[in-house]
Amino acid sequence: MVQSNGKIVLEARGITKRFPGVLACGDIDLVLYEGEILALLGENGAGKSTLMNILYGLYRPDEGEIWIKGEKVQLQSPRDAIDRGVGMVHQHFQLVEVMTVAENVVLGSEIVRAVDRLDLRAANKIVRDLSQQYGLQVDPESVIEDLPVGTRQRVEIIKALYRNAEILILDEPTAVLTPQEANELFQIMRELTERGVSIIFITHKLKEVLDVADRVGVLRRCQMVGIALPAEATEQSLAEMMVGREVVLQVEKSEAQPGKPVLKINDIRVCDVREHEAVQGLSLEIREGEILGVAGVQGNGQREFVEALTGLRPVESGSIQLDGQDITNFTARQVIEMGVAHIPEDREKHGLVMAYTIANNMVLNSYYEQPFSRHGVLNQEAIRENGKKLVKEYDVRTHSIDARAGSLSGGNKQKVIVAREFSRPIKLLVANQPTRGLDVGSIEFIHKQIIRQRDSGIAVLLVSAELDEILSLSDRVAVIFNGRIASTMPIAEASREKLGLLMAGAEA
Amino acid sequence: MEATASEPVTKRIWGRVGYGGTLLIIAIIAILVFYFIDSLQTEAVLASAIRQSTPLILGALCGLLGERTGVINIGIEGQMLSGAFVGFLVSVYTGNLVLAIFAGVLTGMLLGTFLALMSVTLKMDQIIGGTVINILAIGLTGFFYVGGLSTEGKLRAIPIPFLSDLPIVGKTFFNWPPLTYLAIILVFVMHYVLFYTRWGLRTRSVGEHPRAADTVGINVFAMRYINVTLAGGFAGLAGAFLTLEAVGSFERGMTNGRGFVALAVMIFGRWTPLGAWGAALLFGLALALTTQFQFMGINIPHQFTGMFPYVLTIVVVALTGLFGHFRPPAAVGQPYETEG
Amino acid sequence: MTTDSSSLEPEKGTRNGRVGIGGWLKRTWLSIRIPVVAVLLSLLIGAIVLIIAGANPIEAYLALLKGAFGSQVALRRTLEKATPLVFTGLAVAFAFKGGLFNIGAQGQLLLGAIVAAAIGFGISGLPFIIHMPLALAGGALAGAMYGAIPGLLKAWTGAHEVITTIMLNFIAINITDYLADGIWKDTSASNIISRTPKILPSAEIPSIAFVPIGFLVGIVMAFVTWYVLYKTTLGYEIRTVGLSSHAAKYAGIRVAATIVLTMTLSGVLAGMGGAIETLGIVGRFQPGFNLNLGFDGITVALLARTNPFGVIPAAILLGALRAGAGRMQLYAGVPSEITDIIAALMLFFVSADMIVRWIIRAREPAEEEKVTLSTWGQS
Repeated sequence: MVQSNGKIVLEARGITKRFPGVLACGDIDLVLYEGEILALLGENGAGKSTLMNILYGLYRPDEGEIWIKGEKVQLQSPRDAIDRGVGMVHQHFQLVEVMTVAENVVLGSEIVRAVDRLDLRAANKIVRDLSQQYGLQVDPESVIEDLPVGTRQRVEIIKALYRNAEILILDEPTAVLTPQEANELFQIMRELTERGVSIIFITHKLKEVLDVADRVGVLRRCQMVGIALPAEATEQSLAEMMVGREVVLQVEKSEAQPGKPVLKINDIRVCDVREHEAVQGLSLEIREGEILGVAGVQGNGQREFVEALTGLRPVESGSIQLDGQDITNFTARQVIEMGVAHIPEDREKHGLVMAYTIANNMVLNSYYEQPFSRHGVLNQEAIRENGKKLVKEYDVRTHSIDARAGSLSGGNKQKVIVAREFSRPIKLLVANQPTRGLDVGSIEFIHKQIIRQRDSGIAVLLVSAELDEILSLSDRVAVIFNGRIASTMPIAEASREKLGLLMAGAEA
Repeated sequence: MEATASEPVTKRIWGRVGYGGTLLIIAIIAILVFYFIDSLQTEAVLASAIRQSTPLILGALCGLLGERTGVINIGIEGQMLSGAFVGFLVSVYTGNLVLAIFAGVLTGMLLGTFLALMSVTLKMDQIIGGTVINILAIGLTGFFYVGGLSTEGKLRAIPIPFLSDLPIVGKTFFNWPPLTYLAIILVFVMHYVLFYTRWGLRTRSVGEHPRAADTVGINVFAMRYINVTLAGGFAGLAGAFLTLEAVGSFERGMTNGRGFVALAVMIFGRWTPLGAWGAALLFGLALALTTQFQFMGINIPHQFTGMFPYVLTIVVVALTGLFGHFRPPAAVGQPYETEG
Repeated sequence: MTTDSSSLEPEKGTRNGRVGIGGWLKRTWLSIRIPVVAVLLSLLIGAIVLIIAGANPIEAYLALLKGAFGSQVALRRTLEKATPLVFTGLAVAFAFKGGLFNIGAQGQLLLGAIVAAAIGFGISGLPFIIHMPLALAGGALAGAMYGAIPGLLKAWTGAHEVITTIMLNFIAINITDYLADGIWKDTSASNIISRTPKILPSAEIPSIAFVPIGFLVGIVMAFVTWYVLYKTTLGYEIRTVGLSSHAAKYAGIRVAATIVLTMTLSGVLAGMGGAIETLGIVGRFQPGFNLNLGFDGITVALLARTNPFGVIPAAILLGALRAGAGRMQLYAGVPSEITDIIAALMLFFVSADMIVRWIIRAREPAEEEKVTLSTWGQS
């Protein structure tokens, strides 16, 4: 697997970056050999993206030096990095939705004719040539907002190749891919290294590291813990390097004791913001005391499905029944009062009011009821007491309950949301990407909470793009593709390969 | 869900033309019909329409250039008023109309830079920033106003030979003073720049996804400063038009809300120069018709005709909200933060 | 930063969330230092403008002060100018809390003023105790309806309230002009301009010495506004929608209805202000004056950092500015528009708090203190 000839193509020495009030990145050394794939491993929040943004010129380090191809460089902006042959494919794509593929690829390094006239024909041709050369199928004239996620990633890679990147940084590239697509990506990565491109590949997924990397750098709390060789490492050893303690990779849970069906979804159709049908006849059933995991690549209707379920989006046809009662097109508040808890995908935008205190956030779903208010007048004492109680119960780390929710770490924000949602009597829990972006400790906590709910007889709908999470938590698994459930199966029958095929639309 | 090139033809034509385009076509047919009924009145109405539409199209160009690059400008009114005032003063004290036009444009640009300062560097709420410009303009023009001044006359019409003798089109399009011509030329220039040049591509990217632009090496702050300053120039030109070409003198508050109506024109024109021109012409036509009704002796109290542009604006803004998927640039109104 | 959560402390400097006098004073200074510095900076730049225009700033400012505070007559004038500003300031501040920019306070005030005038002169034979509140309520109702319009437009069509309210301001000027020139015109022999007749004494709101009772009503309304915003479930919903309409939606709050309600209540405040202007200060409706009140209301609201109680001193400040302008023009020869410029500068400096912070070396504010309404074009 090791292709490199030992020539160092990028070196970072003593990189330090301080952020006000948060973790400092301390004294990081990094070496990248020509033609190798170096994985950078760390849990969410460990500082991987920060480090890469420094190497790409988006951030400036407080201390340290960067050497590219033997020359010391000062990267003041991405321009400098691009000029030096560094290309980056970001985790959140940096693509202008309303423009075409070609326009996005050439942006910033456009081909111009006289009087600043854009030469889009040349741009289209170049994109076509590059996509053929590297096997990245893409139509230069298609508009980004019409493209599925996997294709958008290919556009990002072509962007880097167009600029003759010799060093390619990929930030969590497999987050939005099926296992099969991930394998295709790894193939492309290997081909690139054969042509002399050196790759840094950021991830928090242990399996991938072992699959594709030549070496692994492990980051913990933004410090470089060490370099490992995948040939000699195991998932367990890497996990322990990542977290610094013994990690239990499998979630502990007892056998499920499912009861009667609680949620019945019959053939619903839901439209998205652009009035296209995103959910095209979806049916599902969940019983009390079981966790149904819904796996799927982003963009297959999950968002619209969850919003329809929680009263946030109209159902065009079909029905939803909770515990025998028809709740189709109930308002959000009615759904909440019927006993549905919702952990939303975007905790900062939908789950919390960042500017409110923790206590105020805790009553977002109950402020209008006793004891928090009477006859329309709020009872501040009760609200604060409730806040204190829940903060203790759910171990929310904060210096004061009057602190704003925005000041909490990601894991603690999620704890506030979970605490709030579980403080009402519930029959169904809808958890949408509940551990995205969280550190290992918080992930463990959230998983425990979900299992606890399940064990007390609640029905749980878990929607997640992380296959590992689906596989470790679910009692039954469903795969969503193109707005429909492709297949449902008990957990014993589910495997990465099988789910991956279904997620991509193939028959398993 | 990839876009296919083989959409039905009707759908594609509608995508290009839309509600606004249809209205324009209907209006043109109606004009032709009326011309045959009463050519003199039709020509008068059309002339009035063009005159009304000129400050609107310039204001809309100001607004859309700013919004395309991500900055909301509700200070168009103040920029227009200031441009009108300074242009007027310069023409009074120097007698040189060309110098006065430049002065007006420059004033608009100066206020544009101020808006950029507030929005980009100070990261103020952009609507408050625009309000500051409006209040400041009223204050400054009122403070320095000296009554009873008049210019050496205003800019005169320049008929284009041969073309101005054509029926309908001749008097409507080819017999105007210079700034009116300039406004129309600017529409086409801006459309070309925005959609066919590198500068335009970068400008639009900054308004849609500034971080993406930043990551490919485009200087978001510089783009916004330059574009918003240039945009201010359009508003200043609109003001200069009012005092130097349309009216010939300055009155306090003479812009009378045109800067805000221009925002509706911009929205209705889908943030494109050609679209805004069509919208401005439609607005101008509607306004011209109401004054025409007064001449025709239809008895409407003057306050109601005075209200008409504002009511029309509200109706347009409400309807575009309902019926169009009219979407401003995605990042408009949000200050850009570089991290690290 | 993280501590053992079993020893939860309330906010530093508080005892169980409540503060002592010392703490209160410190907190107040922290929240008013920015507007104070903003005002000082504006006066400074205003002085520079005066020098450019050839006037003596010290002379001018002294005249301004005397004209605003120098005598009982002056004090009364100041408070009379401040009274409607309390109401428009509250209206704008209230709307800001709900995430809306109510530039239409001007129009809502005008309609409130003329409806109050109409009830004031049009209905005779009623005792004060019925007539005055009726007129006041009429004005408030007119303001409510006029405020509801942009609210409904925004909720149904997404039309941004900035454009619609500014247009409605112009429309209000025309409507009230038409009414004052038409069906509600003062047709007595001595009158030639378009204005309403004087209101009947049974509708008048008197003053106590130099304090218009309307001003006291304003103070009461400030308290009411604060109470509604911070002590009621309605206020909780309004503030939630203002801070994060997305989170509000997910929490089950009906965002569209809240927006309409916020604009309507904001209109009530502005309409009341117009009614009190008519009933307590001017005595009739006369088009042409009080055209600054809307924009001044914005300045007042922002100087007060959208705090309902802060609106009162801010309104007095701006009222003083306007009240002293006349004397300044008379005695120092300075056009009264300088106060427009100073007001604009105040709005600028208090909103560009980066500048002020840099000058006084203050840190970044908490999220809730920032006033941003970037809702243009967002759904």
